Amino acid sequence: MELNTLTIIFIGLSLLMVAAALLAVTTRNIMRATTYLLFVLFGTAGLYFILHYTFLGAVQVTVYAGGIIVLFVFAALLIGKGTRDLTHTSILRYTAGFTAAITGLALTVYLIFTHQFPEVQHPVSVVPMKLIGHTMMGVEKYNFVLPFEVVSVLLLACMVGALLIARKR
Amino acid sequence: MYDFSIITTAIDQFLRSLMPSALATFLECVLIAVCVLVAYVLLAIVMIFMERKVCAAFQCRLGPMRVGFWGLLQVFADVFKMIIKEIIDFKRTDNLLYNLAPFLVVLSSVLTFSCLPFANGIEVLDFNVGLFFIMATSSFGVLGIMLAGWSSNNKFSMIGAMRSGAQMVSYELSIGLSMLTLVALSGTLQLSEIVARQADMWFIFKGHLPALTAFIIYLIAGNAETNRGPFDLPEAESELTAGYHTEYSGMGFGFFYVAEFMNLFIVSGIAATIFLGGWMPLHVPGLDAFNATMDYIPGPVWFFGKTFFVIWLLMWIKWTFPRLRIDQVITLEWKYLMPIGLVNLLIMTLCVVMGWTF
Repeated sequence: MELNTLTIIFIGLSLLMVAAALLAVTTRNIMRATTYLLFVLFGTAGLYFILHYTFLGAVQVTVYAGGIIVLFVFAALLIGKGTRDLTHTSILRYTAGFTAAITGLALTVYLIFTHQFPEVQHPVSVVPMKLIGHTMMGVEKYNFVLPFEVVSVLLLACMVGALLIARKR
Repeated sequence: MYDFSIITTAIDQFLRSLMPSALATFLECVLIAVCVLVAYVLLAIVMIFMERKVCAAFQCRLGPMRVGFWGLLQVFADVFKMIIKEIIDFKRTDNLLYNLAPFLVVLSSVLTFSCLPFANGIEVLDFNVGLFFIMATSSFGVLGIMLAGWSSNNKFSMIGAMRSGAQMVSYELSIGLSMLTLVALSGTLQLSEIVARQADMWFIFKGHLPALTAFIIYLIAGNAETNRGPFDLPEAESELTAGYHTEYSGMGFGFFYVAEFMNLFIVSGIAATIFLGGWMPLHVPGLDAFNATMDYIPGPVWFFGKTFFVIWLLMWIKWTFPRLRIDQVITLEWKYLMPIGLVNLLIMTLCVVMGWTF
């Protein structure tokens, strides 16, 4: 493997992501965990930019860093002080978490070692915005208007649910 | 028109003739980073000085006059004072998040700043989703503010941060909608392309009524997004001492202060780019001699002229209107600005589809 600039950036981003992910699951403070998770998401956005998926990278930063993490922080600020810091965990939770982690790891490792990675054609071009728009809103084969609308209905249902919880009696 | 890419290409070729390609790229990245940061700081100093003088003019005062001629060295003295101040650590605060928060705010601001097209050929970050990337990078600045408020372990900071969070998350919608209106008109998200398509006429004239509405919505929402003007209740001095940065001293506070001013510059710069043509000179179709004369004024003069005009507008608003209450701020966004923005987007789409633009 030749060590070009992109590889160095990739290794740097991966190290950042792995370190931040480990810190996120080992810290006992929920605000710190959220902040470490933010760096994992930044690293993912960086990977998308390396792959020239600029749209996906920008979506990653907008939706996750600017949306989800801000929501997490809001939620963490609204819950009580007693539940904010993780003090003790039951053995059942330990086993459940451990099983989930091991299963995920085994699945990922299995896929990495059995998958035939195709050679990437080298001058990777940036996907034009027009193509993304047509694919997302088109009705032909391999276009995504139906999933798009289904997700909209899901979001609507979430909003109705939130209003139901928040409304005054 | 002046094309600054001649200079940047020459520097690039000179570096590549001296050293291997990868090293040259790395060196260019470092050079550009230094240039961006220096421009960032210098512009912040200019803006702080401008704010004081504009504020003084609106209050019938002179502003800083003692340090240097016409008070020109006042801000440099302030910066020096801020650098030599002690940075205080507190007990029972989350020191990691407390120290990280200003950097998040500045990171978001610098990333957005480097997307601005300053002149023909001077664009640091310019790719196909430029405008969307600006929205993305400016959206996590609020996170730094909320972390600052939380980790200070202070009720005033906390209230300021919550107000700021609610306000910035809400007003991002209006900013996005007004930007989207202009994207519908321009048909592209790339900032250099947006500027290039205003060569015959600026978008605010091309899109007439809907573009003007979007401009006004953008100015109001942009003012709220930077926590300034009538929307400065996250740091309302009279009730919250200084809001989310109450507990910060020295450069911790300095970062928030600089980022706030530079966010004002960025909001104005984006307004100048997407509504007023960025570095593109004033062109009137049909008047070729006039257009050719306007081309002799270089692009950066146009860009900074327009940007500082918008900044002056926003400062005028700030020093004219009284502060709003938090419920008024949220009502203004959700009940007025956002519905108007949505209808405006529809009208603009209709205009573009029917060809009713100039």
